[in-house]
Amino acid sequence: MNAGRPSATRLHWWWVGGAAFALFAAVVAGVMVGPISIAPIDVIGSMASRLPFIDVDTGLTERSEAILWEIRMPRVVLAVLVGSMLSAAGASYQGVFRNPLADPYLLGAGAGAGLGATIAIAYGSSTVGWIIDPLPLAAFVGALGGVALAYVLGYTVRSGRTSVTLILAGVAVAAFLTALQTFLQQRESDTLREVYGWILGSLNTAGWDEVLLVTPYVLVCLVAVLVGRRLLDVLSVGDTEAGTLGIRPGRIRLIFVIFATLGTAAVVAVSGLIGFVGIIVPHTVRLATSASYRVVVPLSILLGGAFLVVADIIARVAVTPAEIPIGVVTAIIGAPFFAVVLRTSKGVVS
Amino acid sequence: MFRGFIPLVVAVSLIAAACGSDSSGDSSPPATLATTSSSSPTTSLTPEETTTTTETVDDGFPVSIDAPNGEVIIESRPESVVSLSPTSTEVLFALGAGDQVVAVDSMSNFPGNAPVTDLSAFTPSVEAIASYEPDLVFLSFDPGDIVAGLEAIGIPVIFHGTAFTVDDAYSQWEQVGAATGHIAESAALVAETTADIESAFASLSEGSEAFTYYYELDPTFYSVTSVTFIGQLLAPSGMTNIADGSDPEGFGYPQLTAEYIIDSDPSLVFLADTKCCGASAETVADRPGWDTLTAVMGGSVVELDDDIASRWGPRIADLVEDVVVSILELELVNA
Repeated sequence: MNAGRPSATRLHWWWVGGAAFALFAAVVAGVMVGPISIAPIDVIGSMASRLPFIDVDTGLTERSEAILWEIRMPRVVLAVLVGSMLSAAGASYQGVFRNPLADPYLLGAGAGAGLGATIAIAYGSSTVGWIIDPLPLAAFVGALGGVALAYVLGYTVRSGRTSVTLILAGVAVAAFLTALQTFLQQRESDTLREVYGWILGSLNTAGWDEVLLVTPYVLVCLVAVLVGRRLLDVLSVGDTEAGTLGIRPGRIRLIFVIFATLGTAAVVAVSGLIGFVGIIVPHTVRLATSASYRVVVPLSILLGGAFLVVADIIARVAVTPAEIPIGVVTAIIGAPFFAVVLRTSKGVVS
Repeated sequence: MFRGFIPLVVAVSLIAAACGSDSSGDSSPPATLATTSSSSPTTSLTPEETTTTTETVDDGFPVSIDAPNGEVIIESRPESVVSLSPTSTEVLFALGAGDQVVAVDSMSNFPGNAPVTDLSAFTPSVEAIASYEPDLVFLSFDPGDIVAGLEAIGIPVIFHGTAFTVDDAYSQWEQVGAATGHIAESAALVAETTADIESAFASLSEGSEAFTYYYELDPTFYSVTSVTFIGQLLAPSGMTNIADGSDPEGFGYPQLTAEYIIDSDPSLVFLADTKCCGASAETVADRPGWDTLTAVMGGSVVELDDDIASRWGPRIADLVEDVVVSILELELVNA
């Protein structure tokens, strides 16, 4: 089950370079491509004219400028942040739980966020005019609350406090919170479509406000996971063995769960529940390069961002000018792609 | 699904028209007859049906309603009606059948004196409905076997699903009238609504045909195309719906992108998400990039009542009036 014996642990510069280039290419494509065609040269011109001392007359209308800067740019940036965070959180969860199926929603973050969002959607219309939009706040609090509940439940188990009891506690909490959410959704059935749309995830209303909201969380959490990634390799040998190496597995696990959850809660609050990213990106990296978290974490961050930008491009243009939920895209392109990776890899996962 | 019952509804409305003329001398019902029957190629005013109606008194009970869920026979004037459809509730009260209604679902918030209960329109329960001992039930949504369940325990039930055209809606109103003993009133309501809508649109000049509109169902840009009920209701304005062409499958409710909406720069923005989601002219103006929209700058963001906009009851005339007023205001600004 575990993510393999750390083998080629070196993070080669060409891996990082390749992943960074993929991210860069995806971002460029994300800015260039959209339901409204803006010539790439105008995009470059418009970007250049924002630099000091450069004044390029792009001939773009005010409306095209608004589309480019107020709609498309924040959306691409947010996709990078969300994709990177979900991938890093997925890799962290897989590491601390030594479980290849672990994902950012494992311990009830998704179910908690879903419940929070449903409460906000069902009862939030009376909050019009609030300074803070209740929906992301409720989703954020819900995600943290779900994981906290799972952790408390998992760690008050009398015997056998292992990562498995924690996962089982997470399953129980998730099932319970999902049931509450479904119940509420049925009671307030006029909220059905809005809740459903949120659960499938979307970046279509993203603006710079959302980017500003999540950036601090994502940066702090990514840095924390990056810095501590070697510990994930230590944990992968098992709790007892890790203990003999002088670390405390329970504490390390808690710290990773806190950062992965905090980042996940922040991105989920603005994007909804985008599934699959946290599983396929780290695994693809693992299969293509190395099982060592020294490699997996940084490459997952770069490629996770790239993957979600590409998924969002597809969400925007596949049925132009209509939109499909990004969660559907990540699964539709992610699952077959992952199947191919799985078949053609040398099988370092198992 | 409505094809089968339209002929009979036409027949009922013809009869209703006749009754209306006999009893009150009102001249508007025959006008209705022209409107409703013109949309239907077949007319089935058979001698048999005429005879049945003229022979019986007391609004023609027993009546046979050719509802979408099959033929429903109502033996006598229902006095304990349960409505699990906000639209049916509005129609019942508009027809003066309010005092025959004993319970309505939790979302039937109009009119204010409707007997609202905990009954859910989305997850109805046969037992909960039966506990009101209804002699007639209206449903607009059947997630399982609610219709079959009610029929099995001998409760007449009329299933009136979402109307796809204005004529569908009128047909439903007429069936509500026929089923509750308010045939003349339903004909009059259809006539009045038709006249109100026609006169509202008649006040528009041809200039409105140059306008485009975006109709927002929720803040994630779900919209309606011209094939939907709302699209057809607003069609006589001549305006172009920006959501058309974004819906190759003809589903009718595409989710648009902000990019597309801004690029389309609709002349008018109609918000049907004011109650559900708190959308308003201000929140729309605050959205990133939306301040460049002509409609936002010119004050042509129109706040509609979600409830009216999501139902197909008599208040659609109010909705049309709101829309027409906003178009006239825009014409005035542009003039």
